[in-house]
Amino acid sequence: MTLANTEGVVSKPGVSSYTGAFGKEQAERLLWRAGFGPRPGEAAALAAKGLDAAVLSLTRPGRENFVGPEPKDDKGRRLAPGDAWGHDQVWWLDRMVRTSRPLVERMTLVWHDWFATSNAGVGSQKLMLKQNQLLRGHSLGSFATLVEDVTRDPAMLLWLNGTKNSKWSPNENYARELMELFTLGAGRGYGERDVREQARALTGFENDWARNTGPTNFRFDAGRHDDDVKRIFGKTGRFAWRDACRLCLENPSHKSFFVRKLWGYFVPADPPAATQRALEKLYVSGGHQVRPVLEAILRHPALYDGPRMVKPPTVYTAGLLRGAGRSIDTTAWSWLSSLAGQQLFYPPNVAGWDDSRWLDTATFRGRWLTASYVARPLALSEKSAAPFDAAALVDQAIAFWGQPTVRPATRAALVAFAQASLSDAKQNWKRAAYPPMIANAIRQLVAVSPDLQTS
Amino acid sequence: MARCCDEHSRADLLRRAAAEAGRGLPSIEPGMPLPAGTGLSRRSFLTRSGGLALAVYGAANVRLPYFEEGIEAAAAATPAGAPILVSVFLEGGADSLSLLFPAGDPLYRRLRPKLALAGGIPFAEDDRLRWHPSLAPLATLHAEGKVSVLPAVGYTDPDQSHFTSRHFWEVGATNASLRTGWLGRYLDRVGTGDNPLQGLSLSGRLLPALATARVPVAAIDGPGNYAFGIHRVSGEVEQQMLAAVAELGKVGSGGDPALAAAADVTLQASRLREQLLPFAGSDDKPAYTSPVAYPKSEEDFPKQLAGLAAMIAVGLPLRCVALEAPGMYDTHSDQPTALSDALAITASSLLAFQRDLEARGLADRVLVHVWSEFGRRAKENGSNGTDHGAAGAGFLIGSRVRGTMIGEFPGLARLDSDGNLLATSDFRAVYSGILDQWFGADADAVIPGARSFAIPKLLK
Repeated sequence: MTLANTEGVVSKPGVSSYTGAFGKEQAERLLWRAGFGPRPGEAAALAAKGLDAAVLSLTRPGRENFVGPEPKDDKGRRLAPGDAWGHDQVWWLDRMVRTSRPLVERMTLVWHDWFATSNAGVGSQKLMLKQNQLLRGHSLGSFATLVEDVTRDPAMLLWLNGTKNSKWSPNENYARELMELFTLGAGRGYGERDVREQARALTGFENDWARNTGPTNFRFDAGRHDDDVKRIFGKTGRFAWRDACRLCLENPSHKSFFVRKLWGYFVPADPPAATQRALEKLYVSGGHQVRPVLEAILRHPALYDGPRMVKPPTVYTAGLLRGAGRSIDTTAWSWLSSLAGQQLFYPPNVAGWDDSRWLDTATFRGRWLTASYVARPLALSEKSAAPFDAAALVDQAIAFWGQPTVRPATRAALVAFAQASLSDAKQNWKRAAYPPMIANAIRQLVAVSPDLQTS
Repeated sequence: MARCCDEHSRADLLRRAAAEAGRGLPSIEPGMPLPAGTGLSRRSFLTRSGGLALAVYGAANVRLPYFEEGIEAAAAATPAGAPILVSVFLEGGADSLSLLFPAGDPLYRRLRPKLALAGGIPFAEDDRLRWHPSLAPLATLHAEGKVSVLPAVGYTDPDQSHFTSRHFWEVGATNASLRTGWLGRYLDRVGTGDNPLQGLSLSGRLLPALATARVPVAAIDGPGNYAFGIHRVSGEVEQQMLAAVAELGKVGSGGDPALAAAADVTLQASRLREQLLPFAGSDDKPAYTSPVAYPKSEEDFPKQLAGLAAMIAVGLPLRCVALEAPGMYDTHSDQPTALSDALAITASSLLAFQRDLEARGLADRVLVHVWSEFGRRAKENGSNGTDHGAAGAGFLIGSRVRGTMIGEFPGLARLDSDGNLLATSDFRAVYSGILDQWFGADADAVIPGARSFAIPKLLK
């Protein structure tokens, strides 16, 4: 194991930086929080860079390339993400598994949750993928631009009735969520009157419907826009949609909302007050750029010294695939992810997924099935060779998942299971058939252990 | 909605399995209440459930299914014939002015020039109101005296955020910082540490109204669907593996909340698997039969209710059950079709459930509560829909309900300052009535300020 020291790292003004040992375990956590976990050997390689370079390798990655075979469906055909059911989800999952820019994909997932849009209300995989591309393009860029582009994004315009909002009949749906969920927080810095006035400012978008392809030709039509004076957050003017976005970002409640929400995706406890203030300053002085704030969060001691986080189901799935070196060759991940509680492109509602509640008895079973499907084609048959040795079987099963860190007490429980099962193997045929079967079972137990459900 | 590809109906089917499941709120959302259940003392919870699990499972090398043992333990703590509440959530804010529409109110057509409904079924208790045509099954039960209607239920200073208002309903108080659900707090008083089934979410996700502080609760997506077999593991090794799952859940967490939560759920899943073994069907066929026909639908809702009736029939120790109605009630646009479809499958399934319970002789044990986080704006919005409102409609269904209105229909002449319907009953008063009269519990200990509300008489 390589240990690198992080002394001498230049920290951002006012935000403290982690100065402890940055070894394999810390690198592993960073890769899970800011990506989708390590491929075999990646954690040690990242640790060797030291904290600062490790963070920069994620936040300022080079050109994107993909490692491993192209994704295929169950019949070995190319994916049709814009058309075939479930292909959109596994197409994105494949990017998470194979990308050389994991933080870009992870931030795309963050924005998908932040501006949660569901194809259940949009009804077009193509438009959902277009939005996905938009989120990816802005993943580490300007939040101000992101909000503007999301506001006029066709999927969002359909999802929150933006193109039904006209000067003759205002529809409050987007206006309310823009403030409550996207920029300010519930009841922070706005009132019911602002909802109605913002809805008026946001009037004017329109789309047509094509007989075969559905919604099309999204545009802003000045004729549908309410050009009268509005009063928003105590300011008066002939505000339009760009003003609506700008006023939200200028609202004094925005910067604290942004910092707390972004922080919450990476660290499970609230930021200390001083850190919160420093990050807000960094955010505002950087002109609403995401990357500097993100770099400060990823270097913060709370990420390395603080408690663990439950991995989101998608991250868990992509990570198991990465660890086991398996590429996308089935679309089963789409229904499995739904059982695990996070079906991409189908967040439960506009507030996104509830990441305080990833684990319950139903989603646990979804994760169990996911792990079993990852291991399934690689399962040992009863004729495979496997050692008649509990400790060796456990070591091999951990290696199967790319050598994740497993706590000694968990390892002891796995060894106890292997020993108990081996002691059942009294007849000759069992002495041959049980070790590979036990190996399959330990792989499953490792994958569902609390150690691998969290990072 | 666009029909973008030929596999759309399958898409519809599959997405509902996920998209309709119950979720609370993101954990860190300034100003927004955290979902009930967040920030529990995981450590004491773990110690307690770990200790009790140990007591139930006995020695670590006990291998055979513990089902009988588990049921005995839970049944000892759950009186035979204990009352069961089934909470059905219409997510998104159901339009009460369509559920029971005021055809006889002269302002109705003026406020709803496009959306005003016609036809429907007369409502015997108030000749201004008529049942939505899709609610005919509820009208049937109402005529039999088995439905109490809440035509305008809400609370003072209504919040028009889905997430805040829903949270209030879930925790049983207009308090953004409460972390336990109202049913969860009841279960914490009467439940036991070894029976996750006492609080059961059937929506495939834990619904926050069930969030407890002390005792375990469960989420499944169907009683016949909780198996944990894996490829190329069978026989003795499989039994050892399933027992080892519980052992993984007993590994100490060193005070780490996420590890503790993962360990907790591992133990609970193991426990629940044993409780549900009798329902483990094969080839996707349930291991139970229903005495009545449920509506055929792509939705899970009728199957969930059919499974629930079967679970009650075999005496599983249930107390509070929560699930979400199918369909989408946040009808900012295209309201007529969306609402009509959602109400039709919801109401016909609820009628089948009632008939199922009656056929099994269990109807006196079950009370169904149908609710939504708010109603919708009296004036339509011009997108063929309605925006968020205040007071909404609710129903209590069952053989023992009083069968008469709780609160009157307030009429459309006087609306609140946002143009929304005024509440004539308070959801906390209804909860208090359920606790007092249905469960025979102390509402004061569960609903903050319970005695400050005028608690209606709910039962016959």
